[in-house]
Amino acid sequence: MAKLPRWADLALVPLISLVLAALVSAIVLVLIGQSPMQALSVMVDGALGSASGWGYTLYYATSFIFTGLGVTIAFHAGLFNIGGEGQAQLGGLGVALACLFLPWPHWTVALVGASLAAALFGAAWAAIPAWLQAKRGSHIVITTIMFNYIAAALLIYILGEILRPVGSMDPASARFPAELGLPHFHEMPILRDFFLKYGPDGAVKLSAQGLPVYSRVPANITFFLSLIAAFGVWVLLWHTRLGYEMRAFGKQEKAARYAGISAFKIIMVAMLLSGALSGLMAINNVMGQAERLLQNSAEGAGFIGIAVALMGRNHPLGVVLAAVLFGFLYQGGAALGLNTSIPIELRTVVQGLVILFTGALDYMVRIMLTWVFSLRQTERAA
Amino acid sequence: MDYATLLQILDSTIRLGTPLLLACLAGLYSERSGIFDIGLEGKMLAAAMASGAVAALTGNVWLGLLAGIAASMIFALIHGLASITFRGNQLISGVALNFVASGITVLIAQSLFGQGGRTPPLEGAARFNPITLPFAEQVQGVPVIGPLYYEVISGHPILAYIAFLAVPVTWWLLYRTRFGLRLRAVGENPAAVDTAGISVTGLRYAAVAITGLLCGIAGAYMATALQAGFGREMTAGRGYIALAALIFAKWRPWQALMATMLFGLFQALALRPDVIEGIAGIKIPSAALDALPYVLTVLALAGFVGKATPPRAGGEPYVKER
Repeated sequence: MAKLPRWADLALVPLISLVLAALVSAIVLVLIGQSPMQALSVMVDGALGSASGWGYTLYYATSFIFTGLGVTIAFHAGLFNIGGEGQAQLGGLGVALACLFLPWPHWTVALVGASLAAALFGAAWAAIPAWLQAKRGSHIVITTIMFNYIAAALLIYILGEILRPVGSMDPASARFPAELGLPHFHEMPILRDFFLKYGPDGAVKLSAQGLPVYSRVPANITFFLSLIAAFGVWVLLWHTRLGYEMRAFGKQEKAARYAGISAFKIIMVAMLLSGALSGLMAINNVMGQAERLLQNSAEGAGFIGIAVALMGRNHPLGVVLAAVLFGFLYQGGAALGLNTSIPIELRTVVQGLVILFTGALDYMVRIMLTWVFSLRQTERAA
Repeated sequence: MDYATLLQILDSTIRLGTPLLLACLAGLYSERSGIFDIGLEGKMLAAAMASGAVAALTGNVWLGLLAGIAASMIFALIHGLASITFRGNQLISGVALNFVASGITVLIAQSLFGQGGRTPPLEGAARFNPITLPFAEQVQGVPVIGPLYYEVISGHPILAYIAFLAVPVTWWLLYRTRFGLRLRAVGENPAAVDTAGISVTGLRYAAVAITGLLCGIAGAYMATALQAGFGREMTAGRGYIALAALIFAKWRPWQALMATMLFGLFQALALRPDVIEGIAGIKIPSAALDALPYVLTVLALAGFVGKATPPRAGGEPYVKER
């Protein structure tokens, strides 16, 4: 097969995959008697049409950046980590334990401490599958799937029997101390001006105390942390010896071993980092938004990380862009559920289709593209 | 624990183990041919929705079963297309199809019935009802064996007996027929099969289609026999438990029967915390029982309970040499 130009491989393949996924979703919508165009406009309006829509879109995107980076780093070492969901839930447990049982003087210190706890717990949950892969050759995909279910069962037990406050019926932890709340976009200087509420006359809405009123959004300071994490992953993968070793191992395991790269070290490091990144998403949803640990706290973000990594072609910049796209899909899907008779599950369908086209049928897309490019070349030659 | 309670638990073991057994055997065909399938869950879910919906619309459970099989086959064929024809990543394809199934079943059920993604409750001829095996009532009075036959072995829907029958059939097909030999060979060394002039692609598509068929029956059992209708996410991870059972059974049919019944027993016990407390003397959280199949599978994979080695060519697309 002829080689595609680099730009086509990097940008066109994911883009066409996305278009195909959208096309199939549109057909599904038509088949169930809905209008795809109306669905799209409701989604765009709900997710991008207002500052508060963006506040939700970026909140979801933050979680997806972390889990997407987690999948990416493992992918580069040739490992497919499906366990992001469980690792994110364990990360949530780490955040909850840190916030509930340690005395923090200020939220900034707590943020550092809780981040460490989240990364540590997420990494710990990835450590066992990693060790089993490195030492005993157990397939990482299967073990990480199993660990997702074990994590779910563990959290049901911990939340129901241990962390649940006395007298509460909810299977959830107690609320974290209020002073540990992370600043949201509508609470940050400068940024908050985007979230001002306006009255019907176009003037800024004022509270009874004469202070401006802001729309409350869940997007918080963690968003900036996720961008720093993306930059860090880029530096690690392409500008350090360890990153080089990881990529070499992922490309050609035998050659890497022959070059003296330790398989055990690479598998462990890649999976621990992957688990730590997935765990870190808990800062966003558990500490930043819910402010207590709920059951199923990750809400599937661990799995969306797979779609985000594939769509973003396993590059941190691509991951950030794809995460915003999926944030749009998530918030837009929620708007669909609220404002139309289209069930919110449409976003699961789109998510599945994106994974299918970018991850499993990419060869088909490449064949199509190569064909188009070769046509163009023969035209030129003629 | 008295004898009656034991019988009750064994009865629910078979009831809950049947869909696991069907899905596990389904996965066995695909994986033995070298196509990993973590999409058992999605295929079951699609089949459950299709069979529940068609049974509700027509009132005929057999049409429902056919629709379920058809839905599952479509998913199986897409998986085949992605992993055999387009040499895609089989694991990613399976994950993707699980998501598609999870969403699309709710979308379709909601647009057909408008009941929050459920199908209307099924009754009468729209369900597979328990059948009483011959002489079950006559021998009920015989001590020990009589109640065992009446309570545990008799009184399941026809699909459960099909599932149990599928075990020896699978064994025979796999180890005593030419097709079975080739199927096992294509999962271990496709190049050798190709050299012998047999189509790798054809064999693998056949295996994937059988996987679709059996997952279809499993899904139909969920919606029309175990429960009276489809509900969102009703398979609740059973496809993954079946996958776990398949690994635990090391990809062999009789062991698959035992593994799925063991995992069915865990599910049955999780429903009866009083019984476990009676036996163990301490309160064991039901979450621990839920996690047990997965923990056991990890131990099996790690080689602590006998080494589980997958078919050698599993997960690798076959590229013909030119």
